[in-house]
Amino acid sequence: MNALYIICGLGIASLVAEIVNLKKWLVVLITIGIATAAAVATLDWNTTNSYFNDMVVIDNISIAFTVLICLSAVLWFWLSHDYFKDETHITDQSALVLFALVGAIILTCFNNMSMLFLGIEILSISLYVLAGSKKDSIFSTEAAFKYFLMGSFATGFLLMGIALIYGATGTFDLIKISQFTADHHSTLPGFFFAGVLLVMVGMAFKVSAVPFHFWAPDVYQGSPLAITAFMSTIVKIAAFSAFLRLFLNCFSVVQNTWLFTLQAIAISTMIVSSITAVYQSNIKRLLAYSSVGHAGYVLLALVTGSSDANGVIFYYLFTYSVASLLAFTVLTQLEKSDSDISLTDLKGLFKSSPILAVGFTIALLSMAGIPPLAGFIGKYLVLNLALSVGYIGFVIVAIITSLVGVYYYFKLIISMFQDSPDAKQQSISISTRLLIYVLVGLVLLAGILPNVFQVI
Amino acid sequence: MKTAQGIPLDYYIWLSAALFAIGVLGVLYRRNAIIIFMCIELMLNAVNLLLVAFSNYYSDASGQVFVFFIMAVAAAEVAVGLAILIMMYRNTKTTDINILNKLKW
Repeated sequence: MNALYIICGLGIASLVAEIVNLKKWLVVLITIGIATAAAVATLDWNTTNSYFNDMVVIDNISIAFTVLICLSAVLWFWLSHDYFKDETHITDQSALVLFALVGAIILTCFNNMSMLFLGIEILSISLYVLAGSKKDSIFSTEAAFKYFLMGSFATGFLLMGIALIYGATGTFDLIKISQFTADHHSTLPGFFFAGVLLVMVGMAFKVSAVPFHFWAPDVYQGSPLAITAFMSTIVKIAAFSAFLRLFLNCFSVVQNTWLFTLQAIAISTMIVSSITAVYQSNIKRLLAYSSVGHAGYVLLALVTGSSDANGVIFYYLFTYSVASLLAFTVLTQLEKSDSDISLTDLKGLFKSSPILAVGFTIALLSMAGIPPLAGFIGKYLVLNLALSVGYIGFVIVAIITSLVGVYYYFKLIISMFQDSPDAKQQSISISTRLLIYVLVGLVLLAGILPNVFQVI
Repeated sequence: MKTAQGIPLDYYIWLSAALFAIGVLGVLYRRNAIIIFMCIELMLNAVNLLLVAFSNYYSDASGQVFVFFIMAVAAAEVAVGLAILIMMYRNTKTTDINILNKLKW
């Protein structure tokens, strides 16, 4: 809970920093603050506390996800402080990001439908603004508008679901809902199940699972690159931790009503995203489809319904977010003018700046699931979990789609190592170099010593 | 028979389901951004109506408190949404969403 207060305070402090002219030290202050918040969150490890009349319950799972979000946020600020260096309103940007983080942390620890709603909205409203933060770019505007429209449309479904569940059970409290459904399983009205499915549709929009993914590639492509990095890592982690809380804890009693639908969503997410990604030539779009595909693997772990799924999903999201932060760090160095990096821009990258090429290669290999990198262990754990509950068909589909994934990731890698006549030497700042080393180190470390990171 | 304020609860459910469906269809079919905003508001208000009805039926205030949350958040959302719309209008000189096709494939 204190982590939440600290990050709220940082958000307000960064608004005040505009007035008192602290801009220079702002990023340092924020980074230290978020690291402190993560450290404070770990103090409650192995205890379960509830706050605000059980509106918020903090247990090991929520602490683990909070720390993961804080870690990604620190790395994100490191990545973005070069990117937003020339912006005049850096304080507004960072305040919005910090408030989005508050929403993300609420999503890891809510125990009440109203906190779920508030968390999602705090996260989303900040992001609508951030997605449109390049005011003159028509792409950024379009991305912001599409994100806003799809986001509030999804919120409508989520709220309708919450209202129907409230109508059937008479409470918003997750623990009471699961108790009520266990006690009155046979007499639940039909609209309760409609409510559960509507909540699922709303959440599937937020994690961009097929068939509710169509906004993601557009938004990822149009938004400023650093914001895309934020959306594909921190927002994904938060949305999935909310998904876990709802469907593994609260609705597990009525599993037979939603399990089939979620299985279909997981399978189609894996298949559709890998097929579409093959045809992309824009790299941001390709990464968007790859992130949709990763959502498919996380959902596969989720539909096993096993209690081990929490730990597996945590590890998977950790590996995914580190690898994609690495990929986006490299892309921010490559981006020149208006929001488009295509496959041909990568040609000759290895010659012009080997460190970027090697960093990007490691990120892509990890996402493709090549041993000994972190992504391999993540995929292995998911498939192992699915096998342990007997989902053989699902595992075969997952393996085929990740082979297709290897194809489109290698397409990028090969073009980086091709020769290009106009390859120029590129200068990279020390802090970016250091960030690439840290991220590569994390990818390797999590791949070689996976036990260290499997905390739940 | 379950009733709220003397009216059967089912009527409230059907009414708000109908309003919600009108909102969804409006979002899907209308091409003007402002009308789409209004349809989203309609969806949220259908939810508000349903929550108030259930809250009255259970004699439980938490449903009505939730309605206040939804109203406040919807106001914030519309404020941001209209700002984005104005930004879009400045760049494209129209509120027709068919113009939004720069990002595809």
